[in-house]
Amino acid sequence: MNVMTENKLTERILSGSETKLVSLAGNAAVRKNALDEFRRMGVPSKRHEDYKYINPEGLFRLGEFMAKANVVRPVTSHDVEEMTIAPGAAKVVIVNGILIPELSKLDRLPAGVTVKSIADAVVSDAVAKKYHSTIANDSTDAFIAWNTAMNESGVFIHIAKGATCEIPVHVVHIASNEAASTFHPRNLIVAEVDSSLNVIESFESIGPVKTLTNVVTEVMVHKGAKLNHYRIQTEGEAAHQMNTTCVVAESASNYCTYTFSFGGAWVRNNLNISFTQQHTESHLYGLYVTIGNRVVDNHTIVDHAIPNCMSNELYKGVVDGKSTAVFNGKIFVRRDAQKTNAYQTNRNILLSDDATVNTKPQLEIYADDVKCSHGTSTGRLDEDAMFYLRARGVGEASARKMLVRAFAEEVVNNVPDEAIKAYLDNRLNHLMS
Amino acid sequence: MKSDASDVSMWLKKTAMISIKNLHASVEGKEILRGLNLEVKPGEVHAVMGPNGSGKSTLASVLAGREDYEVTDGEVTFNGKNLIELSAEDRAREGLFLAFQYPIEIPGVSNINFLKTAINEIREYKGLDPIDPKQFLALVKEKQKLVELDGKLANRSVNEGFSGGEKKRNEIFQMAMLEPTLGILDETDSGLDIDALRIVANGVNKLRSPERSFIVVTHYQRLLDYIVPDYVHVLYNGRIVKTGPKELALELEEKGYDWIKSDAQNAAV
Repeated sequence: MNVMTENKLTERILSGSETKLVSLAGNAAVRKNALDEFRRMGVPSKRHEDYKYINPEGLFRLGEFMAKANVVRPVTSHDVEEMTIAPGAAKVVIVNGILIPELSKLDRLPAGVTVKSIADAVVSDAVAKKYHSTIANDSTDAFIAWNTAMNESGVFIHIAKGATCEIPVHVVHIASNEAASTFHPRNLIVAEVDSSLNVIESFESIGPVKTLTNVVTEVMVHKGAKLNHYRIQTEGEAAHQMNTTCVVAESASNYCTYTFSFGGAWVRNNLNISFTQQHTESHLYGLYVTIGNRVVDNHTIVDHAIPNCMSNELYKGVVDGKSTAVFNGKIFVRRDAQKTNAYQTNRNILLSDDATVNTKPQLEIYADDVKCSHGTSTGRLDEDAMFYLRARGVGEASARKMLVRAFAEEVVNNVPDEAIKAYLDNRLNHLMS
Repeated sequence: MKSDASDVSMWLKKTAMISIKNLHASVEGKEILRGLNLEVKPGEVHAVMGPNGSGKSTLASVLAGREDYEVTDGEVTFNGKNLIELSAEDRAREGLFLAFQYPIEIPGVSNINFLKTAINEIREYKGLDPIDPKQFLALVKEKQKLVELDGKLANRSVNEGFSGGEKKRNEIFQMAMLEPTLGILDETDSGLDIDALRIVANGVNKLRSPERSFIVVTHYQRLLDYIVPDYVHVLYNGRIVKTGPKELALELEEKGYDWIKSDAQNAAV
């Protein structure tokens, strides 16, 4: 493919965008600049190192997601009820990238917690204005730029200094459309000094029409704040997702992220965490279970720019059918980042001959007084363990399920919230039965 | 035809529980068992001894159905069924139990849940309802005592972080829970100190009954001081070359295996 055809594709995707852009809320100059960045970078092809295994360009080349008409297939409150993960959570519902207040349930939020549409917040809220589009950098990734240019809505979550939110804030992203389209929900989470918050982002789809959700979430974790951030992806077979989460964590804060990818035809997660102050801690957990022809790609970056920070990453995958899983974990330990502790583990089980795993740990360490480790493994179920279980009378199918569950459970067991854990256990039961 | 209990037990005594005829088995193309014959009747304990590499553990693995081993000739009848055609799980469900020489650690799989699944799958195979949970827990408590297994171990992941002795006790505990008709102990004495050996052997002895048989595979006579066999067989080059009463074990202990080897070689010539 030559540059000409690539440009043509990008132009086709962008046709009409300029006109639409004018009608969108927020800073028009920021949007215009982002659109230019997207045009400059274009939709990444498989020649792009970070996208080589999943080739987004290939998706568009099929002519999908190009419909300009956004014909929402209606979502009912019953649908939303079915998507409950933690009973009692505050819910904010985003359908096709648009926040729907009528489906949301925010009355139980305690004082000090604000949850509202980002389209309003970037106009009226000083904090939202301050951080919006400053954490995710448009010039680094075409999908971020595209989202910045074209987002129509999304959620802004703010927790005040010292506040604790006992109930999780559940952001329910639903793709439900009558025409194959792309949506760009944009979220911003700001946890002020010494606050404590749990956010669940779940991704669901309704109906058989192909969709691409290009979601960007910016997260600011201030000094001493504690944020548990869950991403639970259970979309149907027609749904595609490009998920970018960019996090800045300040001193003595604790940002924990849990990514569960159980569905979707094509899921790409870019998770970028930067430590900008000392004594910051972050835990990254991920579990992907893939079947059929599905593709799940997790790219994570932990950037240790300053000393005395700790990051710990554990991603595991169960890869079956003809599915493809990708893990790429970058850890940067910059020259000044002495006394860094950075650990990374990626383990995969291949359950079929036709399944593929591409795993790549990438540690770049420029400081000398650090503790860093990484480990990766991809293999079949342990034959000796299988034989041991079967020799006790456990059938092959049960034995296999037992071992796969045990493998996956290591990630689920790190979830601190019992309700979320129960939901995930239940989900895994369904997946593996 | 009379059918009272004593007649049934008489009949059982006469019929072999497991009958191994001319068994040949290979692993990775290398023949390890070369025409092995062995017959075990209900209630009997047979010790299988032999030098390293004679095929003792292969015999245990082949009987339990490990798939790395290929049976190339011969037949094995277990309770009237062709054992070779059964999957590993069906062999267990038919009442065969292998106590592993090296029990596998399985992180994340709870010992208790695994046993419950095993018991219920065996029951299902026999057309029985799942075990009552209360009855199951009572059984766990009772059988733990048999091998002095700490209750905490039963609740942990299968063998994870267990000491060598704890692993072997867990094997016998599982055997007690599953109540097989044939227990095969593969070098259960290896890696055990004398106290652990006594505990494990006592556990096995308590499981001895007129209906239950054992094949005790061991390199050393030591274990047979505690689990007293009815017969001792010497395995060499994949065949049983000598069979005798329990005293044969003592003779082997005293004289080693060399005289067996030269006898076998002379016989072959």
